[in-house]
Amino acid sequence: MSFEWPWQYNFPPFFTLQPNVDTRQKQLAAWCSLALAYCRHHKLYTLDVMESQESPVFNNKKIERKLSTEAIQVVFEELRKKGNLDWLDKNKSRCLVMWRRPEEWGKLIYQWVSKVGMINSVFTLYELSNGDDTEGEEFHGLEEWILLRSFKGVKFF
Amino acid sequence: MDRFAWTNGLLEMNETLVIQQRGVKLYDGDDKAKLDVGVVLLTTHRLIWRDHKNHECCIALSLSQIIYFEEQAAGIGKSAKIVIHLYPVTANKEPGPYQQSKFPYIKLSFKEHGQIEFFRRLTEEMTQKRWETPVPQTISTATGSQTRAVGIVGIERKIEQKRKETEQNISEVRTRGNSSLVVSFKAKEMVELSRSIANKIKDKHGDITEDETIRFKSYLLSMGIANPVTRETHGSGTNYHMQLAKQLGDMLLAPLEERGGMMALTEVYCLVNRARGMELLSPEDLVNACKMFESMQLPLRLRVFDSGVMVVQLQSHSEEEMIASALDNVTDKGSLTSEEFAKLLGLSVLLSKERLLLAEKMGHLCRDDSVEGLRFYPNLF
Repeated sequence: MSFEWPWQYNFPPFFTLQPNVDTRQKQLAAWCSLALAYCRHHKLYTLDVMESQESPVFNNKKIERKLSTEAIQVVFEELRKKGNLDWLDKNKSRCLVMWRRPEEWGKLIYQWVSKVGMINSVFTLYELSNGDDTEGEEFHGLEEWILLRSFKGVKFF
Repeated sequence: MDRFAWTNGLLEMNETLVIQQRGVKLYDGDDKAKLDVGVVLLTTHRLIWRDHKNHECCIALSLSQIIYFEEQAAGIGKSAKIVIHLYPVTANKEPGPYQQSKFPYIKLSFKEHGQIEFFRRLTEEMTQKRWETPVPQTISTATGSQTRAVGIVGIERKIEQKRKETEQNISEVRTRGNSSLVVSFKAKEMVELSRSIANKIKDKHGDITEDETIRFKSYLLSMGIANPVTRETHGSGTNYHMQLAKQLGDMLLAPLEERGGMMALTEVYCLVNRARGMELLSPEDLVNACKMFESMQLPLRLRVFDSGVMVVQLQSHSEEEMIASALDNVTDKGSLTSEEFAKLLGLSVLLSKERLLLAEKMGHLCRDDSVEGLRFYPNLF
């Protein structure tokens, strides 16, 4: 299934950071959901700021518009505030993108565990993410670091 | 060394001793002076040297004779020195130890040290120039203050006095109203000229020579004063502005209608002055008059945009209408730049941009800023 771009993607003003505060809020919200949706679709967990400038997400070649670096930083900051993004380094050049927040993952995993009646049994992280049993589950293939984070809020033994 | 004059060593009125140093030998330029070692005294007015044995042998020179001075570091077998460069000797100089000298400088050789402090004090005195302070009168005489005018100091004092007197004629400092200080410069010549022109204008209403007008206007420009002629005939201050506001109210109605109800203040300025021909308005007067529109119940308003642009608009001009119509235009065309919008409405580019910016501020439009320029779209967000 190919990625479906939202209507804003082809609207030139979408690529200019709006000065009007209300308009900007709506714009940023749209950018956040677009970025997360894109990452989810392509199963991207990390983003590099320099690379993302050329990525089709922020660069629409068809209408010849792209987000400036400042604007990209603003979008990333917005994502970080929402809890969907974490910087990997101090210089803010690479980040982790959590298109589903760790807590949400935790909940999903817990739900599956209780569904298959496996509460109180021991799992390895590998089993959870790559085991045959979990194939078909959304968290199948989830990278280890996010698995770890997802356990923070959930009661596991 | 020929700058020195014999002195009795007594200090004059208001002259104070600053520092003295013994063990100083004088040099005429680079040659040792034919004087023994002595004490050098620095006062607020003079540099005095006195023979350490024979106190009658005392010479002095005025500090005002010093051009500049510098330190000369000590060497092997040589004491530290201060080299003092002096102005040429004056004609009325009193007799001294030397009739003439081929050197324009002297040296003080500090055989018993003390040069550092002496140098510092000399620098202070030369900076403060305390000898220049006019001496207060103790004896009242008909003509200004007269004290012993010694050489150059006296001449300098006289010059200073004269300068102060002439200044009085030129400037006056007046306090007006509640402690606001106004310094008005009355250049005699200029006042004369302005009076003659004012009369001519009153009589013949415009029959002044080109030359005079140009001279006059250039004086005004350089002084930044508004045209005093019209002020004299119509009064100054608010009364004048009120008259002006009325005049503008009549004059601007038609042009405003033509331009869609709004004109930039610069456009108004050009229009008005072109129409007036002779009695041109200054920008200040125009602004002040425009500020009175509302209070005078005239159908015009002065308005200032966020960017600082000032416009005159008809009172009937409704901003909401303008913005609504702007939105319609933009939606119609999909998107517009300020130039395109200006062309569409017959407005100036400046005003069209202001309108679009206002619509954006209200949330009706959003912007697309790219290398192609600034475009406005209807706000679909």
